[in-house]
Amino acid sequence: MNRRHEARIGILFALPWILGFTLLLAYPLVFSLITSFTNFSVLREPKWIGLSNYQELMRDGVFLTTLQNTLLYTVGAVPLGTVLAIALAMLLNAKVKGMAVYRTLLFLPTLVPMVAQATLFLWVFNGDYGLLNAALRGIGFSPPNWLGDPAWAKWTLVLIAAWGCGQAMLIYLAGLQDVPANLYEAADLDGAKSWLKTRHITLPMISPVILFNVIMAIIGSIQVFAVPQVMFPGGAPARSTYMFAMYLYDNAFLYQRMGYASAMGWVMFLIILALTLAALRLSERHVHYETQ
Amino acid sequence: MNVDLPSVQPHSKLAIFVVLIFTFGAAMLGERVVSRDASPGRVTVVYWEKWTGQEGEEMRKVVDAFNRSQDRIFVKYLSISGVDQKTILASGGGNPPDVAGIWQEQVFQFADLGALTDLSDMARQAGLTRETYIPAYYDALSEGDTLWALPSTPASIGLHVRPDLVPPEFATPETFPETIEELDALSERISKQNPDGSLVMAGFLPSNPGWWHWGWGPLFGADLFEGGKPTLNGPETVRAFEWIAGYSKQFGPQAVQNFQSGFGNFASPQDPFMNGKVATELNGVWKANYIRVYKPDLEWFAVPMPYPKDRPDLRGHSLLSQDVLVIPRGAKRAKEAFEFIAFVQRQDVMEGLCSAHGKNSPLNNVSEAFFENHPNKAIRLFDQLARSPNAIYPSRSGFFPRVSGELANAFQEVNTGMKTPKQALDDAQARIDGLWKTYREQVARP
Repeated sequence: MNRRHEARIGILFALPWILGFTLLLAYPLVFSLITSFTNFSVLREPKWIGLSNYQELMRDGVFLTTLQNTLLYTVGAVPLGTVLAIALAMLLNAKVKGMAVYRTLLFLPTLVPMVAQATLFLWVFNGDYGLLNAALRGIGFSPPNWLGDPAWAKWTLVLIAAWGCGQAMLIYLAGLQDVPANLYEAADLDGAKSWLKTRHITLPMISPVILFNVIMAIIGSIQVFAVPQVMFPGGAPARSTYMFAMYLYDNAFLYQRMGYASAMGWVMFLIILALTLAALRLSERHVHYETQ
Repeated sequence: MNVDLPSVQPHSKLAIFVVLIFTFGAAMLGERVVSRDASPGRVTVVYWEKWTGQEGEEMRKVVDAFNRSQDRIFVKYLSISGVDQKTILASGGGNPPDVAGIWQEQVFQFADLGALTDLSDMARQAGLTRETYIPAYYDALSEGDTLWALPSTPASIGLHVRPDLVPPEFATPETFPETIEELDALSERISKQNPDGSLVMAGFLPSNPGWWHWGWGPLFGADLFEGGKPTLNGPETVRAFEWIAGYSKQFGPQAVQNFQSGFGNFASPQDPFMNGKVATELNGVWKANYIRVYKPDLEWFAVPMPYPKDRPDLRGHSLLSQDVLVIPRGAKRAKEAFEFIAFVQRQDVMEGLCSAHGKNSPLNNVSEAFFENHPNKAIRLFDQLARSPNAIYPSRSGFFPRVSGELANAFQEVNTGMKTPKQALDDAQARIDGLWKTYREQVARP
């Protein structure tokens, strides 16, 4: 069999992916980039307007509000989710009887569909009869109105984000199980206590996993949509929970401003790219690879 | 290095054969799979409707009756979620339904996008004119000589009252307060708060159920499109929002938020009106349906929303809304689609559908039997409200959803005490001015 024939067979097998990538990813990407420079309302021919959509974004107060909301959400949700996932993974890495059951139970929330999750949390966080406030009142606190108070609503979403940390927890657990036991044995011989072992062995050894999870969490947080859309339609109260992706969706499908929504999509991409690059840059001094 | 892969060749031939079979099969069966024709020998009209559940079933009965009534057209009825967005996208793709059931608020937005077929000629030929309808319902769907939609079921909105929660002297429709000032005094008198300030029962709350924040300004006489330009901070609207802020101040913004967060869904026995957390509630003609299902023994009556004392000319105020039928632009069976729409407009069909949905009729002529057999005991009031000169409907502008959204946001800012009414409305106006400019440049029809 000659090389040309081999190449043909190779291309044939790769064809489904090539077609899928071209039609479902590359074409929409290029189309949305072009659309972002147009006035396009689906039923009319797109009209080229240059940078107008991007210029309008800079003046759009609601866009800036959604950007601020999303970044605040990210600043809250990513560290909280990361710390919680690492802590749970460490607990699940302990050698205790019935560990498989604990692991399953802690991973289960991740399998709950987002809309069901949002509906569930509407009950949990209800200011009047919610489970959380009932518990807080029971121990003498005067709890806030999580869903109705603009000062608290955004942070309610941050707390809910922690519910979905099971996926990251599982990856951290795999990372923890890859840490060589001889490092801990050496530390034990040196008389190191638990915290020192965590600080100087566990965290450095799983730092590549932390970096991966943090980047994925940043991307997920910037794109957050389903839970706030169900729990806080229109970003209520007073747009305090109006997220970037919700405003993008409203512009595309409620106001039929596809060009403007495409411009928002590309700004979102640039923000994610910048934050990812920043995370990679910051990680250079803190992430330890075994091959180094 | 040349690697010999003798076993790959037959597989590749098999793969090519399978791909060819699928391609050929798809080409042969494709037309049949996507074909709209549901009944041989009849023209098939595809009808997308938003309704599900009982409302959807009642419309299905109408469709079945139409299909039985003649042998030329078959209406294929599909209950679809997100019907508005899907209709737009399907129109963009060149394959829209022949009839779509959308909301009145969207009609001019669709029209501005060029998504609708003008029904005026077909309606005229079918004898359906402005005189056929209660004027406000027809006017809400037309502009000049152009008619964009016809109603499926309409609604009007009134103040629902629990006689057991108001003093006996106000416990009848005849003696209930007629002015906003009297309503405020009554609400202050009967509302109950705990010593810690938490609300137990509110006489009236502007934020409940919170569906028509665009309507507060017009309640005080505002025109939201004064001179054709969106006007959100006119003196009447500022006055309306000051009235709203008064309720927030009276109870405390925090107390109102906490109280409202305990309200159950309107379609449940935990609805605040049904379980006695509010004594009065502004709601539509459909409210009786839910009361019948979830609290059939509840005593209630309805009255027109009170008017400002110094504006008796605004007496009989009501907000109108409609579910409507449109023919999307590019529909392949527009003529046949209109035959179905005209069938729905027949007095017997319309009264049957509206009665089954618990709503008033949009038609000018209403039979006495409709009133007598209607499940809502206050149906005559809702019919009168629809005929009132002070009945208003969402503005005939594709920009209306933006105006409504900005007013809803301003309402929340005022109700939560974040901004003063003037500040919230001025901010909303500033934002709407920019959006209006862009809308006129990019979307609005010439």
